[in-house]
Amino acid sequence: MAEAAAAAAATTNYEVDLGNLMAYDPSHHLAAASSSRGELREECLRKGTELAQAVADALFALPATQDRDGPMVHLPLPTTRFPREKHLPRPKPPTKWEEFAKMKGITKRKKNKRQWDEQTQTWKRTYGYDRVNDDKDIPIIEAKATDEPGVDPFAQRREEKKKGVEKQEKHRLDNLKKAAKVGALPSHIQLAATALPITGTKADVPKKPRKKDLEDVAGMASSATASGGKFDQKLPGEKAPKNAGKHRKFLPVVEGRGMGNQEKQQNDKILNALLAKSSEDQMDVGKASSRIQISCTTMYTIYHLMSIAFY
Amino acid sequence: MVAIRVPKSQRAKRELLKHAPRLVETGKKTLILHGTKTSAVVNSVLADIFHLKRDNAVKFSKKNDNIRPFESGGETSLEFFSLKTDCSLLVYGSHSKKRPNNLVLGRTYDHHIYDLVEVGIENYKSIESYVYDKKLAPKLGSKPFFAFIGEHFESVEELKHLREVLLDLFKGEVVENLNLAGVDRIFVCTAISPTTVYMMHCALRLKRSGTSIPRIELVEVGPSMDLVVRRHRLPVESLKKEAMKTADHAKKMKNVSKDPVQGKLGKVYIPDQQIAKLALSNDIKGLKRERREAKTNKEHSKKQKINAE
Repeated sequence: MAEAAAAAAATTNYEVDLGNLMAYDPSHHLAAASSSRGELREECLRKGTELAQAVADALFALPATQDRDGPMVHLPLPTTRFPREKHLPRPKPPTKWEEFAKMKGITKRKKNKRQWDEQTQTWKRTYGYDRVNDDKDIPIIEAKATDEPGVDPFAQRREEKKKGVEKQEKHRLDNLKKAAKVGALPSHIQLAATALPITGTKADVPKKPRKKDLEDVAGMASSATASGGKFDQKLPGEKAPKNAGKHRKFLPVVEGRGMGNQEKQQNDKILNALLAKSSEDQMDVGKASSRIQISCTTMYTIYHLMSIAFY
Repeated sequence: MVAIRVPKSQRAKRELLKHAPRLVETGKKTLILHGTKTSAVVNSVLADIFHLKRDNAVKFSKKNDNIRPFESGGETSLEFFSLKTDCSLLVYGSHSKKRPNNLVLGRTYDHHIYDLVEVGIENYKSIESYVYDKKLAPKLGSKPFFAFIGEHFESVEELKHLREVLLDLFKGEVVENLNLAGVDRIFVCTAISPTTVYMMHCALRLKRSGTSIPRIELVEVGPSMDLVVRRHRLPVESLKKEAMKTADHAKKMKNVSKDPVQGKLGKVYIPDQQIAKLALSNDIKGLKRERREAKTNKEHSKKQKINAE
């Protein structure tokens, strides 16, 4: 096959690069170069056909395997070489931990995805959301002699966890910086400076005031006179302030039904709230039900007793 | 301070991971764009090139100011676009009094300009102007043949360079295996003078010849044009050396050979086991009495079971 191609090339003096399906005739002289465009085209087509035939001769002589879509041939490596698009992938430098683990001879070992949690007596994830030894599953932390008074051990735990995460994040950044130095940063990660806003980004441009903000300010300014803006001359196109401040509402003092009853109701409400706070045998039902789980029937009894006590 | 910026969605991440450098590259994407002023010819040429390569190309439709590829500083935005679109082949069209119907073909390495060739377009005929049997129309993404005719492609440096760039621009995806039923197009480039290349795009018609090798006929499908070389910039030698590096995947495999009959053969070396020196101990598990007895008991019980049935 390769010999056949070489033989064909030798007899006709063509250079055939089968890897690129390219044929080159370096010896051809255009006899009719000066003549009309049509003749030139004809000659190019004729010569092109010859060269295409030379490529096809070599190509169809390759051993083919039958595929579902047709005969497939394995192309030889191209002789014309082209520049790469990007540099060769560079090896990622080892992280600080990887260096340390190598020094200490620590090898990775597989962990199960699920583990038995003693705390809740269930199978749980080893890591991530709802995992084994989750903070939210620990109801009690036993006091130790070394405990300082006034320190919340739960808050302390949370704080420690947060610190650990922050530390790991710092290490991650350091490792990425190290990788960026040798140009081995993964292509989906960017390291961006955060100290100064980057020109043209969102943070750089001051926020545009909304229409409502402007209207509020305009309304405030227009009413900031002795008359509350009543006698001010309106500008053309100026509308009345939308949120005209009405701060107090006076209810009718005359007793009656409907509107007339409202002041009494308001006062009653305040009085009741005050009385409920001070009295000992009162109980907030809503709060109680959320705190303690009580069966429906007991709940009903308590409610009943309370209502009796109230009246 | 430095912040780590990662894509917010998995889709964006996948897209960015595609931009990562690869050991073996299979194809380059093409960026097609134009300057502030173009002619109808340039517009049509760019459209045709995009049509030929539309499976693997990006075409910008807006005018681009301050792209002057041959001037220092004029390539900044070109390199930026190359980075953003992940393209490494550039086709830039422009039109001016000094250089009418101008086309700049360029390549990038690591999103920096690698080399450039500037050509003027003459005697242009677009794809639409050709009338032929549409059954012969080349399929999108098929691997083209190339025919280069004329001594100037070897003797003149500009044309030698242009030949390589044209080959890189139109060669399509790099493949190892080719479907013979899928060969359907050829680019015929003829050096008609030391500065001019007549390029045309033809469909291949495979005819029966009585042998396994078909007889080939060419049907012109367009576009065709004369490319007159104007300016060109060869790659810097050091950059070229860097860019021509290939993966060392062809490293010799030890102890593996290929045989046409038996296929892949491997040699496995086993060190001498030194059986003579092997210490025989008495506590071999299989020789223990308890085990032996247990085994016989088991067999016995099995037999009994079978009998019971």
